[in-house]
Amino acid sequence: MSVVFTILTVAAATFFTRLLPFLLFPANKKTPDFVLYLGRVLPYAIMGMLIIYCFKDVDFFAWPFGLPELLAGLFVVLAHKWKHSLLLSIGGGTVLYMVLVQAVFR
Amino acid sequence: MRKKAFRAAFPLTLPVFMGYLFLGIAFGVLLASEGFHVGWAVFMSVTIYAGAMQFVAIPLLTAPFNLVSTVFITLTVNARHLFYGLSMLEKFRESGPLKPYMIFSLTDETYSLLCSVKPPEGVDRKWFFFFIALLNHGYWILGGIVGCLAGHLIPFDSTGIDFAMTALFLVIFVEQWESSKNHLPALLGLSVTVLCRLLFGVDWFIPVAMGCLLLSLTLLRRKETL
Repeated sequence: MSVVFTILTVAAATFFTRLLPFLLFPANKKTPDFVLYLGRVLPYAIMGMLIIYCFKDVDFFAWPFGLPELLAGLFVVLAHKWKHSLLLSIGGGTVLYMVLVQAVFR
Repeated sequence: MRKKAFRAAFPLTLPVFMGYLFLGIAFGVLLASEGFHVGWAVFMSVTIYAGAMQFVAIPLLTAPFNLVSTVFITLTVNARHLFYGLSMLEKFRESGPLKPYMIFSLTDETYSLLCSVKPPEGVDRKWFFFFIALLNHGYWILGGIVGCLAGHLIPFDSTGIDFAMTALFLVIFVEQWESSKNHLPALLGLSVTVLCRLLFGVDWFIPVAMGCLLLSLTLLRRKETL
């Protein structure tokens, strides 16, 4: 039962973080221009933030110095710039990373 | 009308399909390794539907229920979602009865997709957005099922499979970069967050970075209008 409560609590708290902006700026009132400006520029800034978030636990000062993450990350960016194929960028990048951490930089 | 919206939405969700399948499998495999069967994977993916948070929630499941710490951890991990709604206030305005689901299903990936896509001519906007959200939710649930079953049937070393999430964000970043002329917000997002990670440590850097990004983007706007 404890597991069900935990899951439902996580679900409710997650929904709350998504709902709050809509409660603060209801649809029947005009949203301030400043908030609309933030809505336009934030997507770009947040994606940069999320990428750094993914690298948050990497230790660049001890072996393997974040090399698996950097190499696989570089592969994803270059492959995507080159072919724009998701199977190659996401699938290939993930498989490359798994090989790097499991077999190359153990 | 709905069929047309579905047909327009489906091909655009394929990137998320790739990302979510890998990521959902990673989640399912980890959940299976803690001894949970596939029903739990479905229950979590249907009700919570938040990639990173479901990974974080796995250790919470094996501990006794603690309301305060569960709420606190969830709010910390998901605080970035507060920003997402701000970009969707306009887009969801006409969603009507679909709006609660649109808000519920606003994950990182659905958010990024909704930011960048435009419904083709003659396609109903609210159903177009709804099918994008619904399809993504379906991929996420499917990934969890596949991962959980695979984790129980064929034990394999899944170390590193969670890199699918990083890869997906990198791909979205590249696409956003190519579609915009002003790279300042993207560069700020990277540099400010790196700085905050170095200065404030792993537990606090995200809320601090969110504050700094809000502040710097606000100051930039003032400069723009002067």
